Amino acid sequence: MLGHAARRRTAVLWTAGLGVLLVATVLIGIGVGATAIDPLTVGRIIGHHVLGWPGTPTWSATDDAIVWQVRLPRVVLGILVGGGLAVCGTALQAMVRNVLADPYLLGINSGASSGAAAAILFGAGAGLGEYALQGSAFIGALAASLLVFVLARSGGRVTAIRLLLSGVAVGYALYAATSFLIFASDSAEGSRSVLFWLLGSLGLAQWNIPLGIVAAAVLLTILVLTVTGRSLDALSVGDETAHTLGVSPERFRTALLVLVSLSIGVLVASAGSIGFVGLVVPHLARRLVGAAHARAVPVAALCGAVLLVAADVVARTLLAPQEIPIGIITSLVGAPFLLILIRRMHAISA
Amino acid sequence: MIEGRSLSWHYGENEVLRHVDLVAHPARVLGLIGPNGSGKTTALRLLYGALRTATGEVRVDGDRLEALGPRETARRLAVVVQESGGESSMTVGEMVLLGRAPHLATFQRTRTEDRRIAGEALRRVNAAHLGARAYAGLSGGERQRVLIARALAQQASHLLLDEPTNHLDIRYQHEVLILVRELAAELGTTAAVVLHDLNLAARYCDDLVLLHGDGRVARAGSTDDVLDPVLLTEVYGIEIERIEVEGEIHLLFRPGDGTRHEERTA
Repeated sequence: MLGHAARRRTAVLWTAGLGVLLVATVLIGIGVGATAIDPLTVGRIIGHHVLGWPGTPTWSATDDAIVWQVRLPRVVLGILVGGGLAVCGTALQAMVRNVLADPYLLGINSGASSGAAAAILFGAGAGLGEYALQGSAFIGALAASLLVFVLARSGGRVTAIRLLLSGVAVGYALYAATSFLIFASDSAEGSRSVLFWLLGSLGLAQWNIPLGIVAAAVLLTILVLTVTGRSLDALSVGDETAHTLGVSPERFRTALLVLVSLSIGVLVASAGSIGFVGLVVPHLARRLVGAAHARAVPVAALCGAVLLVAADVVARTLLAPQEIPIGIITSLVGAPFLLILIRRMHAISA
Repeated sequence: MIEGRSLSWHYGENEVLRHVDLVAHPARVLGLIGPNGSGKTTALRLLYGALRTATGEVRVDGDRLEALGPRETARRLAVVVQESGGESSMTVGEMVLLGRAPHLATFQRTRTEDRRIAGEALRRVNAAHLGARAYAGLSGGERQRVLIARALAQQASHLLLDEPTNHLDIRYQHEVLILVRELAAELGTTAAVVLHDLNLAARYCDDLVLLHGDGRVARAGSTDDVLDPVLLTEVYGIEIERIEVEGEIHLLFRPGDGTRHEERTA
């Protein structure tokens, strides 16, 4: 009568199906490039490194290096960034009760871009050594989200609408700051790097500490959002409703904001601002398995991961050897997709 | 039992509620009535802790509300608020199941028992057929019944309703309040209802608290006592006459006729 069993079955099927699709996308995605490697060999190489099986290589050392050192870290970053942006977008849409909210709503991407621009153009954050760029982008992201949070607070409360408006205001201000930084420097090379940052890229991926931090942040976020799914459901209905169901709206929203801000900060610092994934994928996930967050969050994570890994393959190969910023691909795919979803949504609710 | 003692609230300079005392008893229906802006909804929000009174205190079954914590509060008090959540993309079934949230640990999934209770609650408001529908696609009246079902699914011993008859046609206005009376009679539920319609208050409430436009209590007591036409005329600023048909109180309103009242009382 509540349509509950059917929805749960649908969710299990989609989760499993998307899991298989993700594995396929990864194997094919790694194989595609200047040197084509068949998916089976890709599987063997990964198995060899991760599980120690098969033990003896039947492939060339070059293929091994291409798969393990170059393409796999990039694909792993793609999975994490795609999944992370999708779940953060899902959480933010619930928290501010606005289906147009995305992970960049809090001005975090603009903050990260400003930080990165300052590092590239003026050598800010040089003390961080080889991680200067990512480090200053992360600091910029955190500073921006802190600013948004402080501006959104009024009498000890953070309301949905104030959060939305402060995020938009801070975002625009920092976007202007980044543009000014580019304008004020005469380094053409620097400007190109900043532009690349604004449009996003998975090109910085390596097996290093930042990738580990991204993995930890994204997995933690997915886990927390899934287990607190019911509270998120209550908050997405309204503050008063959440309160009457035993969820303190201010405390819960603040805790989520901290988690999501840290997560997005880490993501933007490692891959720039990749647009549309965090906006579109939550809609797709809710359409597939319904609005209950315990089901929608894992499905959103998988959809985001598949989408971003696939988009990165297109970005690497379409104009090879030139690489297109991945944000251009996701926006080209995402915009019409969102329009289709909105048209369908309208047909149902109106 | 819910006891509010010396409840006050102000928005900025504007005092909306001044030292209001009210008590809702088990197995009885308490009505909160008064003109617009008299603080009825504010008083109710203080009772369920969405607002914290600066003066006085609220006690639920003798325990201070602030000491209960959000989940225990939600297990004892079920509230039907005016917020509809119309943008939500949940189904009706999911919306009603949310009422079980206070009874489930964060990690716990909904049990068969929870789904049975939610289904039963939907049946009780004649909305069983809506279970699989999208909540956003419902009419205002259907939504209101679903929100009442969610409150029933909470299985709390106290039921608070903020203008539950909003959006409902005449039949459902009565059915909702009959349901509240039944819960009070069958389960001993303590009910507190904010109402605009004085005739509904007359018919379904055991006790009433009448608030003045300035946020003070004009009179509190039994329905018969509070529905005093002279007092009501003064509080609402409109001529009100009371008649009784077969022992039932009915109020008649004569707008723009304040002079006659003064002549008669003079």
